Amino acid sequence: MNKIWLSSGVLNSQLAKTGLPLWMLGLGADLLWADMNRLLAFLFHQGVLDEQFLQLQQLQDEASPNFVSEVLNIYFHESEKLLTNLRGLLMEREYKKMEIHLNQLMGSSSSIGAKRVTNVCVAFRAATHHTNRAGCLHALEMLEHEYCYLKNKLHELFQIEQQRALVAGVRYPEQNQNQ
Amino acid sequence: MGMAAAESQFHVLAVDDSLIDRKLIERLLKTSSYQVTTVDSGSKALEFLGLSETDESNPSTPSVSPNNHHQEVEVNLVITDYCMPGMTGYDLLKKIKESSSLRNIPVVIMSSENVPSRINRCLEEGAEEFFLKPVRLSDLNKLKPHMKKTKLKDQKQGTSEKLENSEVQQLQPQQQIQNDLQGVPKSQDPQPESESHLEQQQQSLQQANNNKRKTIEQGLSPETDRTRPRYSGIATVV
Repeated sequence: MNKIWLSSGVLNSQLAKTGLPLWMLGLGADLLWADMNRLLAFLFHQGVLDEQFLQLQQLQDEASPNFVSEVLNIYFHESEKLLTNLRGLLMEREYKKMEIHLNQLMGSSSSIGAKRVTNVCVAFRAATHHTNRAGCLHALEMLEHEYCYLKNKLHELFQIEQQRALVAGVRYPEQNQNQ
Repeated sequence: MGMAAAESQFHVLAVDDSLIDRKLIERLLKTSSYQVTTVDSGSKALEFLGLSETDESNPSTPSVSPNNHHQEVEVNLVITDYCMPGMTGYDLLKKIKESSSLRNIPVVIMSSENVPSRINRCLEEGAEEFFLKPVRLSDLNKLKPHMKKTKLKDQKQGTSEKLENSEVQQLQPQQQIQNDLQGVPKSQDPQPESESHLEQQQQSLQQANNNKRKTIEQGLSPETDRTRPRYSGIATVV
């Protein structure tokens, strides 16, 4: 049974950090839960995410168990296209078209609770209104940075959640005997 | 269990060009036990409602458009995004209200921008509510009264005498005020109101109008304030 966990290097390192033996997996699940909440709290505190992200999580249930990851995958896919297009449009000074893209990115970012990304979009949009090329360039760089940061953090969150689900589903022989 | 069956009869048509927002609104509506159909444009919405874009508002003459089919699925409410390419939510609202077959369907507008003039325009055109995005579950609680009112109106007109018809139509505005103000669905049947009750409601209407002015003023403050005001279609009452 222990072989299952030895092959999961990430889980190992998580548990190793805590100094706990592998067999205490029930506790491991709780620690991962704490890790997840700690990360979430951090992201809220930093203004990376806002309450809308929680609303998103609340919409996930037995009827729609993968709702959050589905929505986020759509978000990543769409956003990356928009960001690529924005760079091209900026090179061509297509400010009106940039505004349309920004409205879309702003809308979807706001819908998933990505507060910092949304705010940068607002500033970016203002720069397009002024056809301020330098301002737009700066805003685009900030946007790309914020988006990357968000994506990394959300992936981290998902990893922890997946591990937690995995760990929570484990049955050990000793535990089975006790039941 | 009977209540759940009754609730699942409400069918909402959601219109939004954003895939993410369509997913969100669909989940929100399903969580609230509504049947949902989502479309990505105003023209597709009209198609679904059985009205082609070029259709004159005259359901008795058959349209030559091949897309036109009389509404097969009953829609109890349309909820639409405002900013959409091509036909905006406002355009869609207008088309629905101009159509004699569709104008009784309540329409709700959603927008990510808090623009008072836009909100007013929509309410004046007949929108029941205006929601700021992102829409929350709590916002959807405001929908049921609008849907129930319409269902009931259809039922009454189907079976009643003309006299009763005019009574119902008189009652409708008051019923709407009551529902808008309280936000909680009352009993389904509109009871004949006593005069004093009507007076009370008119006083409440005054208050509600004041509240509405206040929330519009709030709306002019920086958009980072996410305590979003809500807007109800009270303005249409005579």
